[in-house]
Amino acid sequence: MSAEEWGIVLLSLKVGGAAMAATLPLAFALAWLLARRRFPGKLLVDAVIHLPLVVPPVVTGWVLLLLFAPAGPIGGVLERWFGVSVLFRWSGAAIAAGVMALPLMVRAMRLSIEAVDRRLEQAAETLGASPWRVFATVTLPLAFPGVLAAAVLGFARSIGEFGATITFVSNVPGETRTLPLAIYSALQVPGGEGAVWRLAAISVGLSLAALVASEWLARRMGRGTHVL
Amino acid sequence: MSFEIDIARRIGERDITLSLSGGEGATVLVGRSGAGKTSVLNMIAGLLTPDRGRIVVAGETLFDAAAGIDVAPRRRRVGYVFQEARLFSHRRVRANLLYGAPEGADLDATAAMLGIAPLLDRWPRTLSGGEARRVAIGRALLSDPRFLLLDEPLSSLDRPRREDVMRAIERVRDEAGLPILMVTHDPEEAARIGTRIVEMR
Repeated sequence: MSAEEWGIVLLSLKVGGAAMAATLPLAFALAWLLARRRFPGKLLVDAVIHLPLVVPPVVTGWVLLLLFAPAGPIGGVLERWFGVSVLFRWSGAAIAAGVMALPLMVRAMRLSIEAVDRRLEQAAETLGASPWRVFATVTLPLAFPGVLAAAVLGFARSIGEFGATITFVSNVPGETRTLPLAIYSALQVPGGEGAVWRLAAISVGLSLAALVASEWLARRMGRGTHVL
Repeated sequence: MSFEIDIARRIGERDITLSLSGGEGATVLVGRSGAGKTSVLNMIAGLLTPDRGRIVVAGETLFDAAAGIDVAPRRRRVGYVFQEARLFSHRRVRANLLYGAPEGADLDATAAMLGIAPLLDRWPRTLSGGEARRVAIGRALLSDPRFLLLDEPLSSLDRPRREDVMRAIERVRDEAGLPILMVTHDPEEAARIGTRIVEMR
């Protein structure tokens, strides 16, 4: 592996890590709302969250481009208030990855929150616990393995993101050229097969490790053997 | 310490009504299954809202439909022992017992009274049915309740375990001096534990 290839791996981990960290609280809040609350327009919110899962990734990337362009509603604010732009930057790649991973994370977290026995929360209530204490000491610890599994899944999805990323922040070496984009680029170059093999093997290895970890955590959840 | 309960609620096609008052000792609520005994306990604990009526414990009104009073479950100070124990599976027995306990609660005395002192470091999933029931009773007692609600505390236990739990309840009744409202479908249990028996139809 060349120094350049290691750089690609590190960049992918950075983008995936940032995407997951930023999406985690949002995904959890949405999952909790969908699992526990009834509100008007719930079906629509659910559908919008799941859009990135079914819309062509190119379209998602294009919508992000419209939103984050200097003249766009979010990009304009970033430019004016903070003087920054996420276009052609790794932060933009992380945003694309996070948006694409969000539906998967919300789905997995929602299931784990729905699996928490409401009767235990009632028991905590009769013992004098405030709603916040019930959440922190019963709901969250019981849902935690599932939440962690969802985070790992989201991380894996983030590392594999291609279509929305290349549309939104292009394919800039050292900045937005993550593993899938680097593999795609290497395929375009004569004699790039060696790099393709190595990068593809790393991609598969990372994804496999993440899936195994995620499944293992989900099983722990099913057994109800929480030690936290 | 006394309680006064006069509540009604319609659940599906059934009208659940109960009117009773009691004081020291154990009041046992009997009735065939499906009479709404558990619903009554849930209404007293605040987990289910009656359609009408009132619930007064030790002079404090916990619920009064006419006056619009409905105290939150966490402020009612009922020690509710559910039929299915409902221990927190992610906390050891000690942490379960102390969950609702105020500062300075006497864990050791309660554990000794219920015979669960050797279980403190165990996980709930390793407990037998009878042990789990007694831990649940201990957890309710330690939360500093004004009275105790017991929902079929002896059901689905074999003979020796029933005897353990029965003795524990008798000690709570005689030593802790808390009013108890217990639900059962078993006349023999009712006769042994009840200071007074109320039948629900």
